Amino acid sequence: MNQTILEAKHINKYFEDPVRIKVLSDINFSINKGDFVSLTGKSGCGKSTLLYVLSTMDTAYEGEVFIDQALMPKSNESFLAKIRNEKIGFVFQFHYLLNEFNVLENVMLPGQKLAKYSKEEIEHRAYEKLKILDIEKLAFKKANQISGGEKQRVAIARALINDPHIIMGDEPTGNLDKKNSDKVFDIFTKLVSELNQTLLIVTHDESFAERTNRIIKMEDGKIIS
Amino acid sequence: MKKGILINIAKALLLARWRQTLVAATGVTFSIAMFITLLSFMSGLNDLLDGLILNRTPHVKLYNDIKPNVNQPVNNIAAFKDKHNFISSVKSDAARIALYNSGAIMKNLAIDNRVLGFTPRLTAQIFFNNGSTEITGALNGIDPIKEAKLFHFNEYVTSGDAINLNNESNTIILGKGLAEKLTASIGTIVQISTSTGERFQLKVIGIFQSGLKDFDDVQSYTSIKTVQKVLIKPNDYITAIDVKLKDITLAPALAKEYAKVYELDAEDIQTANSQFETGSFIRTLISYAVGITLLVVAGFGIYNILNMMIFEKMDSIAILKATGFSGTDVKSIFIYIAVSIGIFGGLVGLLFGLIISSIIDQIPFVTAALPTIKTYPINYNPNFYIIGIIFSLITTYFAGWFPARKASKIDPVIIIRGK
Ligand SMILES: Nc1ncnc2c1ncn2[C@@H]1O[C@H](COP(=O)(O)OP(=O)(O)OP(=O)(O)O)[C@@H](O)[C@H]1O
Ligand SMILES: [Mg+2]
Repeated sequence: MNQTILEAKHINKYFEDPVRIKVLSDINFSINKGDFVSLTGKSGCGKSTLLYVLSTMDTAYEGEVFIDQALMPKSNESFLAKIRNEKIGFVFQFHYLLNEFNVLENVMLPGQKLAKYSKEEIEHRAYEKLKILDIEKLAFKKANQISGGEKQRVAIARALINDPHIIMGDEPTGNLDKKNSDKVFDIFTKLVSELNQTLLIVTHDESFAERTNRIIKMEDGKIIS
Repeated sequence: MKKGILINIAKALLLARWRQTLVAATGVTFSIAMFITLLSFMSGLNDLLDGLILNRTPHVKLYNDIKPNVNQPVNNIAAFKDKHNFISSVKSDAARIALYNSGAIMKNLAIDNRVLGFTPRLTAQIFFNNGSTEITGALNGIDPIKEAKLFHFNEYVTSGDAINLNNESNTIILGKGLAEKLTASIGTIVQISTSTGERFQLKVIGIFQSGLKDFDDVQSYTSIKTVQKVLIKPNDYITAIDVKLKDITLAPALAKEYAKVYELDAEDIQTANSQFETGSFIRTLISYAVGITLLVVAGFGIYNILNMMIFEKMDSIAILKATGFSGTDVKSIFIYIAVSIGIFGGLVGLLFGLIISSIIDQIPFVTAALPTIKTYPINYNPNFYIIGIIFSLITTYFAGWFPARKASKIDPVIIIRGK
């Protein structure tokens, strides 16, 4: 049951701009299936940087990242893209929907890239995800015709489409008002309790963090608790 | 399935920017249309100018050249055989310019399946007596039926009928310039004299106009029999055989072969008219150069528009990459965009090219030099259309390749951080 989904071993990262500064130093932790983890810390302590490293988008680091117990390479770009497609779902502070497509199509995109199911099936599954997030009535609206809170929920639905091992979020509620961020939080707890979904969420919001299963606190590029 | 989604994304991006896309496609359309029009017109002109010479020039001409004998007697004497002998003032020998055994040669040509046809000729240098003045000219004895079939002779006879050369004896067809000098028209009797002083009277039954003034000023045609009579020669006396081949490219090889087998001189069309090849080549080169230049300009248009599109769509590219689309996928998307502009613009360009060429084809083009031409010449060679669409694909592919590569290299982390 306590299957490790994500593991970081001795992660170090430097920025060279303009002088070499260490932003992450010797990060070690692991996340098990079904964990709802929040990552907090002062602004500039390196939370986003760590999340990008864990998400395989940033490969300029030292140390090892294991996703689903497999070591992530640092160079094979298309392999990493495949990992992100299949195993990781993302939710950012900004929603990043494609305005050329409607809501349903936006949710379908990563599914069509994976191409595990037929198009009709992906469409059906996308619709199901929208239902979980209570926004199925928006399915055929253009992505730029819905509100910010709704967009964020569409982004969550998109993150869910390929049944990822883990969902990572970088301040997904940072741009939302209290009501909407509560809604997003409720959705996250629902995902954990009903689908046994694993979540790693970066947040500034103390009250948000307190309500998660586990809090990882960072300071100056180190994990302090 | 996977390709399908990339094409879908490309389509969505294209349609979202349809105005810019249309501008880019118009550039391609314009250049392809120009390319097709130019090439069709230029090659129509080439065909016309080539036809002017090539249609009536034999592919291989068999004749006996007047030249000194290479086997001078001194070379046959044993004592001097291996030496280098200097002989001065060698004269051309008085050998017949007639073809020996012409009957047998023609029999062989008739069964040679590389030969499309041939026609015997007999040419005599004569004078036209016009009152007190004498005008030099050439009297060509021909077979009007074969000449018409192989060298389009009848097309250049602007008045009268060439066939009558066979039907009526002592008849002649004059070149237009020659007829004007002699103030002769159909029905006029002209007087000719040979170098040996024989005089004949021939009735004009036709005027021909080849389009080449120098030619029309001196040439005249009659039947072979008439020339034989004028020269007082037997009826197997001919001076040349004009051969037309099924494949013109064989001409140099066959000329060599015939020269050896029949022991005579043989000139091939390529050697005789090499300057025409050069002219055609230059015209074709110009058409291609202009077409490609236009396409490159259109390519820059596409390059610009894609760059703009990529700049505007940074966020979308970042999210595509974050959700699992690889750099290669992103590259494909933008190359699809470029190439579909190329295909669409190119196909419309082909259509416009066809329309413009057929309009040019209707414009009257009347010139005294070319009696058979009524409108500007156009060559509707399907190869131009194939080349056109391939060119537009290649240019748009390369125009798209650089922006697409840039898009594929976008680092999603930088974009997402930048927000
Ligand atoms: N591209 C970069 N070049 C140089 N330094 C950078 C770069 N990106 C981030 N940094 C620095 O790295 C440190 C960590 O940044 P990071 O974005 O991870 O912080 P964070 O914890 O996410 O902060 P916040 O809560 O404000 O989002 C910061 O001090 C930042 O200035
Ligand atoms: Mg951050």
